[in-house]
Amino acid sequence: MLYFLVWRDIKVRYKQTALGAAWAILQPLLTMVAFSIFFGRLAKVPSDGIPYPVFSFAALLPWQLFAYAMTEASNSLIGSQNLISKVYFPRLIIPIAAVLGGLVDFGISFAVLLVLMVAYGITPTIAVVTIPLFIVLVVATALAVGLWLSALNVKYRDVRYTIPFLTQFWLFLTPVAYSSSLISPKWRVVYGLNPMAGVVEGFRWALLGKKEAPGPMLAVSVLIVIVLLIGGVYYFRRLEATFADRI
Amino acid sequence: MSDVAIRLDGLGKAYRIADRNNADPRIRYGSLRDSLAGAFRGLFARGPKPSDELFWALRDISCEVKHGEIIGIIGRNGAGKSTLLKVVSRITEPTEGRGEVHGRIGSLLEVGTGFHPELTGRENILLNGTILGMKRAEIMRKFDEIVAFAEIGQFLDTPVKRYSSGMFMRLAFAVAVHLEPEILVVDEVLAVGDAEFQRKCLNKLQEIGGHGRTILLVSHNMAAIRAICQRGIVLDHGRIVAEGKVHTVADQYLAGALGTDNLDQAIETENFIVNNISIRSLDGPVIKTFDPVEILVDVTAKTDVQDPGLRAGILAADHHRVAGMDSKDFKTYAALRPGERSIMGFHIDRFPFLPGTWHLDIQVCDVAEFEYEPAGQPVRFDVVETPIYGGRQIQNLHGYVGLSARAI
Repeated sequence: MLYFLVWRDIKVRYKQTALGAAWAILQPLLTMVAFSIFFGRLAKVPSDGIPYPVFSFAALLPWQLFAYAMTEASNSLIGSQNLISKVYFPRLIIPIAAVLGGLVDFGISFAVLLVLMVAYGITPTIAVVTIPLFIVLVVATALAVGLWLSALNVKYRDVRYTIPFLTQFWLFLTPVAYSSSLISPKWRVVYGLNPMAGVVEGFRWALLGKKEAPGPMLAVSVLIVIVLLIGGVYYFRRLEATFADRI
Repeated sequence: MSDVAIRLDGLGKAYRIADRNNADPRIRYGSLRDSLAGAFRGLFARGPKPSDELFWALRDISCEVKHGEIIGIIGRNGAGKSTLLKVVSRITEPTEGRGEVHGRIGSLLEVGTGFHPELTGRENILLNGTILGMKRAEIMRKFDEIVAFAEIGQFLDTPVKRYSSGMFMRLAFAVAVHLEPEILVVDEVLAVGDAEFQRKCLNKLQEIGGHGRTILLVSHNMAAIRAICQRGIVLDHGRIVAEGKVHTVADQYLAGALGTDNLDQAIETENFIVNNISIRSLDGPVIKTFDPVEILVDVTAKTDVQDPGLRAGILAADHHRVAGMDSKDFKTYAALRPGERSIMGFHIDRFPFLPGTWHLDIQVCDVAEFEYEPAGQPVRFDVVETPIYGGRQIQNLHGYVGLSARAI
């Protein structure tokens, strides 16, 4: 059933869109161009010696996967009202399917990133083998947050209006347009409390082969994700029984 | 495994009635502001928090359903039928009591749950099937059967948003009836499609039941309930008010649901006082097509009536007269003195009229004087649904009278 829900979401997403899956490429690409002009060129944000477009694009990928998956997951229960009130099945499937649905877009734009890397002549180091781990981490983070928000969304529809704002705000707190090296090493561990900070920086490290691995910061992020995820599952399961009545 | 499929024990389901603004408890949901405000009030207010008013959609429901039984659940709108199905199929949790279900349960509470308008018929069969709990292999095995059942043939690869509503319903129903759970829970989904399709659906349900599977069926179509189910449960205001053989229970329910046939007060005509007019079945508390039926008119003579007589007419809902009788064609009643009371009437062996609303028009007369005096307005009565034509709902095309017919 999980498989079919993901399949449905993907299948439906680009139906009746003129550009279809091209959207998966256009969104990060255009954001990257805007970032490159304003942050890279005009504001001269340091990019750890990596060409700024690649630098930002490599971070935009996990970020957009996260933002998309989290938003979809958060609204997933509300969007499946008729399913929830008419059929019984483990409700966890719904947000999980929503999160996994983001992976296809990610795959497509990942290909674009590879093209970009070739164009800029960047060869990844051995660290590239850890990429799958980081993808799992992005998905886990999105799911953790998504579980909390989706369950809360059933209870409080306020959540729905908070999500766009939250996503935007969170983007500024995450080293996408800038590098975490702007932050003094002392504070970087604290910065890792934002799980996406560690994840995005880790992703960049794995792919672009920056000098040092974001060790302590990443560790903090992973820990936070685990806590959030366990808490999210617990909270979700606790509210699960009332979804059909509340939705 | 015991032979009990479903056991409900003191089951109750309460909904919170909205405290202030929203009228419907089911659509009410909290906003964060409400909760925060509530929390603050709780913080500062002394004494107990005013308890929310509860609405019991179900209360004290206890019953047992054995494997292979087909149960019809009957009741007015809002009696709790759908809520009961939801609790049984685990969609919502009971507030009190417990329910045990032994066996794989499949619920069909709405036709087309999970259908996506953008997807094609083929894709929706797969999607809907999995949502309803079928395994992929199971769907593939039955795929052709489902398509044939739905009669959508060439439109299989068209997005369902372009389907006619009839096609959509047929497809959705086709997927659903090919589910093979041990326990099937069905809510008011029989009224789809044309006659032929309805017959197919009813046959399919009967066939499913015949294979020893348990079915819980909610429908307002009494004919279907009577045709398919063996046992019936009547719900009223969330409680079980009757349980037993489906025909008995259905009659009882319909008798309660329908208005009285009798006059509430005597009617005076020139020569008579009509004390009462009644029409009733000799076979039970409600009138069914082909029942033996009696029409009785209780009169008191005001004057000397030489040759009392009675005319009875059956009027359709639109007051079109479809049948009539005159007592003088059958017998001569004894003369009545002023103040003398008598009962006149007719016995009809097989009452032919189809389920629906009818009117009984009574005229009394002194045949000697040959003056018919209408006894007030025609009296309304109902013929209740029975599976005359295999359980489908009666429509205009069936006309006024039922025929004991079969196709050859």
